[in-house]
Amino acid sequence: MDALKYLDPTVQFLLFSVLKIAVVFGVTMTFVAYAVLVERKVSAWIQDRVGPNRTAPPMVEFIPVLGPFLTRLGVFQPMADGLKFLLKEDFTPSYVRTVYFWLAPAIAVIPAFMTLAVIPFGSTLGNPDNKMVIADLNVGILYTFGIVSLGVYGIVLAGYAANSKYPFLGGIRSSAQMISYEIAMGMSVVSIFMLVGDLNLSKVVEYQAHGGWLVLKQPVAFVIFLVAAFAETNRLPFDLPESESELVGGYHTEYSSMKFALFFLGEYANMIASSAMMVTLFFGGWSLPFLGEPADGLLGGILHIGIFVAKMAAFMVLFIWVRWMFPRFRYDQLMDLGWRRFIPLALANILVTALVVAFTNR
Amino acid sequence: MSTKVVERKPLTAYERTYLPSFLGGLSVTWKHFKKTAPFLGNKPITMEYPEQKWVVPEGYRGAPYLVKDQDGATKCVSCQLCEFVCPPKAIRITPPGQDGKPADRSNAEKMPKEFEINMLRCIFCGLCQEVCPEEAIFLQKDYSLTGTSREEMIYDKEKLLKLGGTHAGIQKWKHKLEEASEQEVFPLTTT
Amino acid sequence: MSAPAIPSTEPASAPAAPPPVETLTVKVNGKTLQVPKTMPDWQGKPQATTMLQAARCAGVDIPHYCYHDKLPVAGNCRMCLVEFGTPMMGPDRKPVLNEDGSPKIAKSVLPYEPGTPRGAIACATPISPGMEIYADSPATKQMREAVLESLLINHPLDCPICDQAGECKLQEYSVQHGQAGSRFVEAKVHKPKAVDLGPRIVLDDERCILCTRCIRFTKDIVGDDALGIVNRGSYNTIAAWKEGAFDNNYTLNTVDLCPVGALTSKDFRFKMRVWFLKETKSVCTSCGTGCSITIGSREGAIQRYEPRENDAVNGPWMCDSGRLNYQWVGRGDRLKDVRVGGLRSTWTAALKEVSAKLASAPQGSVAIIASARQTTEELFLLKKLADKLGARTASVARIGEADKLLVAADKNPNTNGARLNGFAAADLSKVAAGIAAGSIKTLIVFGEDVTKHGIGSDLLAKLETLVVSDILPNATTAAATHLLPGAAHAEKRGTFVNVKGRLQKFIKAVEAPGDARAEWEFLHDIVLGVTGQDGFVSIEGLFNQMAKEVPAFAGLEWSKVGDTGVNVPL
Repeated sequence: MDALKYLDPTVQFLLFSVLKIAVVFGVTMTFVAYAVLVERKVSAWIQDRVGPNRTAPPMVEFIPVLGPFLTRLGVFQPMADGLKFLLKEDFTPSYVRTVYFWLAPAIAVIPAFMTLAVIPFGSTLGNPDNKMVIADLNVGILYTFGIVSLGVYGIVLAGYAANSKYPFLGGIRSSAQMISYEIAMGMSVVSIFMLVGDLNLSKVVEYQAHGGWLVLKQPVAFVIFLVAAFAETNRLPFDLPESESELVGGYHTEYSSMKFALFFLGEYANMIASSAMMVTLFFGGWSLPFLGEPADGLLGGILHIGIFVAKMAAFMVLFIWVRWMFPRFRYDQLMDLGWRRFIPLALANILVTALVVAFTNR
Repeated sequence: MSTKVVERKPLTAYERTYLPSFLGGLSVTWKHFKKTAPFLGNKPITMEYPEQKWVVPEGYRGAPYLVKDQDGATKCVSCQLCEFVCPPKAIRITPPGQDGKPADRSNAEKMPKEFEINMLRCIFCGLCQEVCPEEAIFLQKDYSLTGTSREEMIYDKEKLLKLGGTHAGIQKWKHKLEEASEQEVFPLTTT
Repeated sequence: MSAPAIPSTEPASAPAAPPPVETLTVKVNGKTLQVPKTMPDWQGKPQATTMLQAARCAGVDIPHYCYHDKLPVAGNCRMCLVEFGTPMMGPDRKPVLNEDGSPKIAKSVLPYEPGTPRGAIACATPISPGMEIYADSPATKQMREAVLESLLINHPLDCPICDQAGECKLQEYSVQHGQAGSRFVEAKVHKPKAVDLGPRIVLDDERCILCTRCIRFTKDIVGDDALGIVNRGSYNTIAAWKEGAFDNNYTLNTVDLCPVGALTSKDFRFKMRVWFLKETKSVCTSCGTGCSITIGSREGAIQRYEPRENDAVNGPWMCDSGRLNYQWVGRGDRLKDVRVGGLRSTWTAALKEVSAKLASAPQGSVAIIASARQTTEELFLLKKLADKLGARTASVARIGEADKLLVAADKNPNTNGARLNGFAAADLSKVAAGIAAGSIKTLIVFGEDVTKHGIGSDLLAKLETLVVSDILPNATTAAATHLLPGAAHAEKRGTFVNVKGRLQKFIKAVEAPGDARAEWEFLHDIVLGVTGQDGFVSIEGLFNQMAKEVPAFAGLEWSKVGDTGVNVPL
């Protein structure tokens, strides 16, 4: 560590940034893998099933107690899934538009990860300058919305490139759906920034660490954001772009192997990003009511990161659980909800917040 | 038949918030989760299939196999009624023809040259068993048939007889032969 | 359009044709109707109408085993027993009338036991004026039930093994008229099984109900008194006068005649269950008689031929040699590939090449050898080709031995069809000479092995083009420059004209193997390529076109040629 101090500050910054990127990326990937496992397990339990309980690497069965336990828990299932995705035949149908067909999965997955760059997932680590955010942007939230709106391109492109009717329908639906809910989502957070007075997400967390969680001050904004997040991530009950029973899987019908896995990865990364956003905007980020000060030691820093991850995990479970609570919305209902309920509601919320802010003179 | 038009009631304001369906969904899913999730102290309520095997009840309609009589002879006489009745056309019998091998049991003139059941086609309906005038084919208790090729899943006569085992019954052809012998008529000299 | 000499093709029982017939009034199941006083018997001679025939006129079928339209009446199976009544006569020889004025009917009863109905066998009892036939009365039903029970006493009930199962009158009548269960608890009488009656017939004595149809057929129709009944009482059995001596060319008809499974064909023995057979109406090609047949096939394989009743041609019979002459259709060495210069080709390419070659051939340099085994439509197309090319034509005659019953001396099925289309039977010497002289450079051969008829392989080698269409390989097909695999009659539709001028159509029963195609299909393409005449691409259209152009077929239409055919003027 001492050697680092002698390095040029720019180099230091670069080094830390690369390290943070690597760690965030690695953790997110693992999180995605195990989110799939959790999804499968939780779904199984909700449906009175067992879920993945067989997969295990060789020899694990010989580890007493722990081996069978982990196997039954399905801990090794994500590895098998990953391996399977890598080894499966990567099939490109003859009738697709090849360039876009190859491009679409990448476009779907990259924005999902890029959103994570501005999320403050902890206070500081070791050093007060070591902020636990990859890019501490002043326009964090604008960046987020900019990137999120790119995500729709991957899906639309996939639907277009596949040159087949179900993916096409899926792509069309998703573009309309994502554009509609982005508006509601964006408007819902406006009121937050009116309260915070800053677009930097770290500042939002700081505000909450001192002034209480914003979910309490802006419950309407939170509800709109939450529902919009479901729609943005194409999760049930808004999974119209990929609704299996009517579109055979929607935009990724024609994809197989790793390209399909990238869509899958993108969807789960999007869920993680949305969870992280909700935690940051409404649930105090890394802070707890009695743990509001930025950490000054290594331990405190890690604790903050742990708090953040735990909150995020809770939202992931919510995502999974909601899947089994609602039937899928009809397309007109979806549009109705987005345009005729949430957007007016968000506007009203902004108005009310503005009035409150104006009258309380803050 | 008259049709009854069920009126769709408009949603109340409360229902339009989606709150009741949210709560309903939550309660249903939670009930099941509570009942099943192992860390809440539940025992598994599903059967761990390949390790735990199910006790097949009497009268179960599994895979159809050919049976032999108590003397170890083929009961089937190749009447092809099962082939005729088989809804998915899984059964294919090659009759012996005029030069075929005679039946391997006394007095029955005929047995199939080849008897194939395509287990991939078979739907285990049991019509073959029901139609068989010789009690030669029975749906037995096998339900998990696997193979690595389509050809392997076409069971031939030899395999079907081996899997089918013995089914003791009235040996009507043998009985006829005994009767004929008593009358000093010796109708057939097979076996 | 049919000539007046043709006997009616309707069942013999139907009311006879226009000339005023003497009729009687009878009542069948309460329905009053007029029936002719006489009807043709098995030989076609007028005989007093029987109750069975009268019932048929009323549309009532009385079950029977021993009776057959084309056999002498024996009256021994008793299955056709019916209760009947006749108008009661008073002592004054006048009918006794009921109160309402209708004649009083005396039901048939036992003379010494007037309470018991007394049936009569419908097949042999002539009708009388005013007779009433009760084909469905309780007494009739009871009699039938009793007769069936008696017939089944010693029957082995081995239907699962029996080849007759599915077309067995014993099965059918047991279902319609019999009892469900058996009351017979004693030991059945056992008789010999699988008796070798002749080279083509197996007899199962246990199944026999002693109707004697087979005996009557072979004695009275064929004139070979080979069968009879031996032993007494329950031990009655059918037997040939010497073991294996039932051997004439018509023995297999007894298999059709046998109402049960006693007589079975060795050829069809244990081969296929009859309920799987797809039945297609066709014509036998073994000789010029052209017996109407039914082809029984399953999954593209012919299993058997059976005669199809056609009084204008074969009655209900056919000869054994014709019946068994079907195996070649399914032979493994059938020609399956189109070959050009010995190499496998496609129809499109081969037909294009043949058409081009023929179109550019100088007049008179082409010879066509047609076959009287081709269908009339194919010969018609071939003739068009011959006319256009100025070709020398010939066809091969086949003369064999005739017999008294059905077999004709002409062994080609369509000699008259060929002749009417302009292909006279001629020996091939002129064609051979033409080839030898070098004036004939192109030879078209259909369905004949010309090496056996005077054009040797050395002559074939001299040809520039040898177009051959055949079904089975032979020396000529081996020498062909263009080999076009054809279809057997069972694999296509068409018509034949038999020796007596009866035009019959036949229907496709099975698919041709490999690339083989019906000759008329590719002949149409060749004719189109050479003459530019676009004919019909369906057999119906082709036939109708032929009927317009060939005088002998004038006025015919495919759809109007019935199952039994029509006569054409020769």
